[in-house]
Amino acid sequence: MYFTMTKIRDFENAITDVYSRGLMPGLAHLYIGEEAIATGVCANITSQDYAVSTHRGHGHLIAQGADLKKMMAEVLGRKTGYCKGKGGSMHIMDISKGILGANGIVGAGIPIATGAAYSAKYRGTEQVTVSFFGDAASNQGTFHESINMAAAWKLPVVYVCENNLFGISVDLRRVTGNPNIAERAIAYGIPGVAVDGNDVLEVYQVTHTAFLRARKGEGPTLIEGKTYRHKGHHVGDPGTAYRLEEEKKAWMERDPIKTFRERLITEKIVNEQEIEDLEKESRKLIEEAVQFAENSPFPEPEEAFEDLFYETEGAEV
Amino acid sequence: MTKMKKVTYAQAICEAMDEEMARDKNVLLLGEDVGFLGGNFKTAVGLREKYGDLRVKDTPISENSFLGMSLGMALTGLRPIVEIMFSDFLLIAADQLLNQIAKIRYMSGGQVRVPLTIRTTIGAGRSSAAQHSQSLHAIMCHVPGLKVVVPSSAAEAKGLLKTAIREDNPVVFIEHKMEYNHEYEIPEGEYTIPFGKANILREGRDITVVGTSNLALKAVKVADELAKEGIEVEVIDPRTLVPLDRDTIINSVKKTGRILITDEGYERCNIAAEIVMDVMPEVFYYLDVPPERLCLPNVPLPFSPALEFPLIPDQEKLYQKIKKMFKG
Ligand SMILES: Cc1ncc(C[n+]2csc(CCOP(=O)(O)OP(=O)(O)O)c2C)c(N)n1
Repeated sequence: MYFTMTKIRDFENAITDVYSRGLMPGLAHLYIGEEAIATGVCANITSQDYAVSTHRGHGHLIAQGADLKKMMAEVLGRKTGYCKGKGGSMHIMDISKGILGANGIVGAGIPIATGAAYSAKYRGTEQVTVSFFGDAASNQGTFHESINMAAAWKLPVVYVCENNLFGISVDLRRVTGNPNIAERAIAYGIPGVAVDGNDVLEVYQVTHTAFLRARKGEGPTLIEGKTYRHKGHHVGDPGTAYRLEEEKKAWMERDPIKTFRERLITEKIVNEQEIEDLEKESRKLIEEAVQFAENSPFPEPEEAFEDLFYETEGAEV
Repeated sequence: MTKMKKVTYAQAICEAMDEEMARDKNVLLLGEDVGFLGGNFKTAVGLREKYGDLRVKDTPISENSFLGMSLGMALTGLRPIVEIMFSDFLLIAADQLLNQIAKIRYMSGGQVRVPLTIRTTIGAGRSSAAQHSQSLHAIMCHVPGLKVVVPSSAAEAKGLLKTAIREDNPVVFIEHKMEYNHEYEIPEGEYTIPFGKANILREGRDITVVGTSNLALKAVKVADELAKEGIEVEVIDPRTLVPLDRDTIINSVKKTGRILITDEGYERCNIAAEIVMDVMPEVFYYLDVPPERLCLPNVPLPFSPALEFPLIPDQEKLYQKIKKMFKG
């Protein structure tokens, strides 16, 4: 899990780098500071399960073992990317790994995940679907509608709200009557658990229980991971105007990677050398991914007309 | 000769779903009142009893999310059919329809197929006022990524719906609510009708009338009348608006030199404008008169029949409009 967290951090730092070198078109939303959630949650996911990600999705993808090279190539708009340059940072998908897409529309992934869970129940499999979304997304109608249906029909889905306190610049506490999202679960008659989203082991544990419950056919769980976005809303956004300095400082000190590293060493689970080796390996993988992406060709303009409909590529429709 | 039988338009829809559900266990139906009630317009009668609650699912009033759920189902091996009671309600689900369902294959670089049928209704004439009477199919045609079907008769509806359910792309299937109780002859047994092939309902040398949905049938009746006056109308039912069979329309207009399109959507940005523009480069020099359209005027639909009926395109208005194209 430590390796996963480092890979996510290194990947996101590399994004800042390619962005400042002018290689990246558009924008990307960085996951720095929230790595423990994707990592702890996805450590429960098997190759059969599904997950639906968000606009801040790189972490979810890496934690599910997505190919770093194809991810970076997609972020740079290259032909070799996951979506052949048609999706970009916000829409990376790997159907072969059960990653049913990320989303540019806040809250829109929640019903899609819920439908995948219905599908698993319908087909009688043991598959569980994870639905990731942010605190701001929890104020979309899709949150209410989907969780209500999942609760009514006991669908095998785990809702993971990544509460980083902000939707762009808007503090959740300024626009939400009760900013403890997990407490809403009571209204749906399902378990709701708030967890320290910066503690990867705690996230893992809570998700484990939710997965067991889902696999047993007992229905959904709402998990709220309390965390913090270290950077601005997206790469290039300083993200300074709207935050409380004190609060930011406290969260930065509780950096999920730093604290987990200290713990692994104090509890003698790994030694300094082993950890450094992992970190080196992670950096190497990310560097290779960047190299691969930079050296990859852009798609040809006529490829814009492909992939709309199945079997009727390029047809006049 | 194919043996024919008599059913209503609603029964034809129900038969199509029943046959496809029997054929493929991955086909399921969800929507408001599709279960116990058998559909608000009785298009799913008996299906819940036959296939069970998990396969014929009554949903809560959450159009955006149950439509979104159907996408999650389509991505994971199922072939859902979703019923949205009125096309007016599709606007609630516009995000899932137009931003998600229409785009996910494209955004993913072709990684996925989306075998998903969205059935909904159009049509005025029931004093249902402005939010239950609209014909909003032009919106679905505007956004790339959806196939859009506008069946005319019951026989057409059945064959086209079966094709929609077997299609590996998202299809919006538009039913005309004034047709549900009408009885039609349909072929006995199994058949499908392909997308993108228009149907020439009646041949004629003087004018091409393209009628969407049940207006194609009304156009045939008008054509029968006009034939008595010596005007031979060629009536084309396009069947699908996306994909559109341009060639059939182009060839017809080259022959007739006149084109009129009739559609129950609002006139502004109506599909009629799109069809005319689409064929114009090829037929311009063949035209004897400017193209015409008969659509719904640009006002919301009023409640009182005294206000509503004068707005709706019907046989009388079509007759007058065509006649005008032969004056002067
Ligand atoms: C429907 C919709 N409204 C607004 C936006 C613009 N927007 C992009 S990200 C974002 C904030 C989302 O906040 P949250 O869900 O908490 O996730 P976070 O960015 O904090 O990870 C907003 C408002 C959008 N993409 N979609």
